[in-house]
Amino acid sequence: MKIFVWTEHFDNKLAQASKEAIGAAKSLGDQVTALVFGQNVDAIVQEAFHFGADAVIKADDATLADFRAEPYIALVAQIARDHQPDAILAGATTRGREVLGGVSADLDAALLDDVLSLSIEDGKLTATRAMYAGKVLTKEQLSGEGVQLATLRSRAFKALDADTSRSGEVISVEPVLSEDEIATKSEGFEGTVGEISLTEAAIIVSGGRGVGGPEGFEPIRELAKVLGGAVGASRATVDAGWIPYEHQVGQTGKVVSPDLYIAAGISGAIQHQAGMRNSKVIVAINKDAEAPIFKLARYGVVGDLFEIVPALTEVFKEKLGK
Amino acid sequence: MHIVVVTKATPDTGAKITVENGVPTWKEAMVINPWDEYSVTEAVVLKEEHKAKVTIMAVGPAEHDDALKQGLAIGCDEAIRVWDEALVGHDSLQYARALAAAIKKLGDVTLVIFGKEFADSGSNQHIYQTARLLGFQVLGSVSKLISLDFGAGTIKVERSVEQGKQTVSSKLPAVLGVLKDITEPRYPSFIGIRKAAKAQIPVWGLSDLGIEAGTPKATILSYSEPPKREGEVEFIEGESPREIAEKLAEKLLEEKVL
Amino acid sequence: MDFALTEEHKMIRQMVRDFAMKEVYPTIKEWDRRQEMNPEILPRMAELGILGINIPVRYGGQGMDYISLALACEELERVDTTLRVIMSVHMGLNSMALFQWGTEEQKQRFLVPQARGEKYAAFCLTEPNAGSDVAALQATARREGDVYILNGEKMWISLATKAHHFLVIAKTDPHADPPHHGMTAFIVTSDMRGVKTGDIHGKLGVRAGSTGWVVMENVEVPLENRLGEEGEGFYIAMSALDNGRYTVAAGATGLIRACLEDSIKYCHERSTFGKPIAKHQLVQQKIAYMQQWYDAAFLLVMRAGWMKNAGLRNTRETSMAKWYATDMSVQAALEAVQIHGAYGFSDEYDVERYLRNSKGAVIYEGTSEIHQLMQAGYALGLREDRPLRCELPAYDPEYWQAEASEIAVGD
Repeated sequence: MKIFVWTEHFDNKLAQASKEAIGAAKSLGDQVTALVFGQNVDAIVQEAFHFGADAVIKADDATLADFRAEPYIALVAQIARDHQPDAILAGATTRGREVLGGVSADLDAALLDDVLSLSIEDGKLTATRAMYAGKVLTKEQLSGEGVQLATLRSRAFKALDADTSRSGEVISVEPVLSEDEIATKSEGFEGTVGEISLTEAAIIVSGGRGVGGPEGFEPIRELAKVLGGAVGASRATVDAGWIPYEHQVGQTGKVVSPDLYIAAGISGAIQHQAGMRNSKVIVAINKDAEAPIFKLARYGVVGDLFEIVPALTEVFKEKLGK
Repeated sequence: MHIVVVTKATPDTGAKITVENGVPTWKEAMVINPWDEYSVTEAVVLKEEHKAKVTIMAVGPAEHDDALKQGLAIGCDEAIRVWDEALVGHDSLQYARALAAAIKKLGDVTLVIFGKEFADSGSNQHIYQTARLLGFQVLGSVSKLISLDFGAGTIKVERSVEQGKQTVSSKLPAVLGVLKDITEPRYPSFIGIRKAAKAQIPVWGLSDLGIEAGTPKATILSYSEPPKREGEVEFIEGESPREIAEKLAEKLLEEKVL
Repeated sequence: MDFALTEEHKMIRQMVRDFAMKEVYPTIKEWDRRQEMNPEILPRMAELGILGINIPVRYGGQGMDYISLALACEELERVDTTLRVIMSVHMGLNSMALFQWGTEEQKQRFLVPQARGEKYAAFCLTEPNAGSDVAALQATARREGDVYILNGEKMWISLATKAHHFLVIAKTDPHADPPHHGMTAFIVTSDMRGVKTGDIHGKLGVRAGSTGWVVMENVEVPLENRLGEEGEGFYIAMSALDNGRYTVAAGATGLIRACLEDSIKYCHERSTFGKPIAKHQLVQQKIAYMQQWYDAAFLLVMRAGWMKNAGLRNTRETSMAKWYATDMSVQAALEAVQIHGAYGFSDEYDVERYLRNSKGAVIYEGTSEIHQLMQAGYALGLREDRPLRCELPAYDPEYWQAEASEIAVGD
């Protein structure tokens, strides 16, 4: 099977989600081609090889310097028409979902969006997906006509270990749209410095109503920092204005699946559970031994988060030598 | 100036959903897709600011009427439901084709707003598909609307992506997918409730739209409940927070999750 | 017979529920602990139109019916009693009395801004030495030309420090026989010289609300602020209570539901003796009773509301609803705490607040004992309601929802 992977990059590094998508493609297909768009992307092309791509189709042009849906969608669709892959994959990131969603309409090709697992059955792309924020899982299948598309949930697939000796063929292509033909302009980008995005984080420390107020997130942040993790929050705390929305974990926030999820002062409403139940190890710290969160947790501490969390921070500082 | 906002009814986010006889089942009420509380409010805010008209649309059977009525009660001017028995079992592309045809039929729409995703399917591909089928610009993950000028046909937004915020300007017509940051959701007003309670929502079938249903290219083969988390919780106890923290840290190091 | 709520009713209920759950519930414990009212609540209820829900559009309201008022009260008290108390005084005891008894000029001056939520309203009947024994009240109003001079102290006044308008009952004739013939109602505004207000702290319940006192020292109240005739104050107060009690009854229904819903949730979460406590029969019995109390209270409230909509006198039915619903809300809260066990005794859960909040309503707006006397009086033929000079208008959707300008001259 001939599989293309649309990749994305940031700060001149291949995105983790793209590495995972290449890894997934390698496990499914015999010929994996990474699509690398941007300006001055040679380092990214090399990285795509290191993480498993057999070939790279590169579009290096000023019109592609910043991500814009319109020229990116048009170009992926054109490459698909020219090269006839069996499938195109991408990480289910904001951009990945936009690009393949658009390509799906352009090529009249079906898309399995945000999949948790992927296989090929009788030449048909077959996936596990989460519905109702993970309360139900589905097995979904494409009809197998034409090119088949899927976006892959972050952390659900394994990236290969980098092999810097790997290399392959690079095909250069031209963008489809000239600057004059593009109706959108990227006018600026403000990066979030030093914060790890929730969906990519391997460790998340989350605070709930038990933190009591905006300042109650301080011990949560400190523990997250020592562990190299991201800060999460329950809906109640976001609604109360204690922490910005981008930290919200749950049905109307982000769905996460870190290796370690520490829930402090979170009772574990069903909406919150939907967002974090796929975490590998869950630790719950709550004053109330009856809190539903303990039903999900591997380890539980019945106690005051303002005592336990700082103590954990101290202990990890010592143990992790920070 | 005509804005379309798209919605659907989904189970209440608090619903306990199980799989019975192979299909998802729940007792709780259907509510407006929670992400659409934001998109609908934003459409109504824009209507007030720009003296625009807002039509709220859904594609699906009568169970979606309550979500449309909620939209009317919040301040949308009109509601239209698109449905046809031929669409039963539709995939996202069929959905987008029907929706795009209905928006085209309105004729004068220059802005289409969607909530972030559908809370039931967990997908947002319909946003991008609809935009491409309409030939509109697509701006997804919009966290802030910086400016909108129907006269000049321009819009500028802030998009929230994994690594930060991108400012993008575009020509209209455009399709937006908006996040929760876009606005504070409004509740229905009493006057809106009166209007919505009386409303008869027109249903447009495929023949009204002049399109064929087509066949689904994506199918759900089966539903299942996620595997239960195994094992009981192990409570860590100790004389002092420090002792508890040390015991817990040991456990986590053994789990190799650090 | 028709027991169905209209689509409008259901949407109103949902709207008020969403507001209370999203904007009040997340921080209610904090405000309750601080014994302060969240300052955002009144402006938000005003903005959403809740403060004018059942007042005609032409008087600045939303034009919904009396059932809508009850449903709103139920949803508000489902989250916290203090929210419903706002409706009891602002709407039930004050705005509805203005609507029932006020002159057109008084409605324009006072009811319109109240229904729009620009002004908040309270009701001043109770005094340090006059509660159930209304005739014992000591506040006086002495006429001097075109003004009345008001003196007196009013106690346990909800929204005392928040309200702009007070409906005050005072004695214009302290020697009248019987004494209630000497009472008159006045609209006193907080900006009048000689009006002082303050909050009372240390209450058992409704701690996130504002309850206080109003002292009047030689307050000059113009003649045009007198509501109704001189000597009509007692009847105005009693008719106001028919409306206040209706909101209290509806709210208590919400409190029973809060106890029931929280208990059901807890029953499924908590296990003892190897099974969820929902499987224990003695717990099931408590749940069954709570459900019974809820159903019965709700139906009593709906009957009273239906009578109000139809323009039927409902003093007896409203009294019954208030007595039953508030008594049962105390019972439900006791059982809810019992089901929650030791956790119910701590403020980790909401049920202890429900219990503390439930107790006030069997005391104010007629103690349970007063309602028992009333019901016995009606049953034994010792008591009957005579027609009032001004009855609460029946609900007429067309009149209620028309803008003032749409109404024909002479209508």
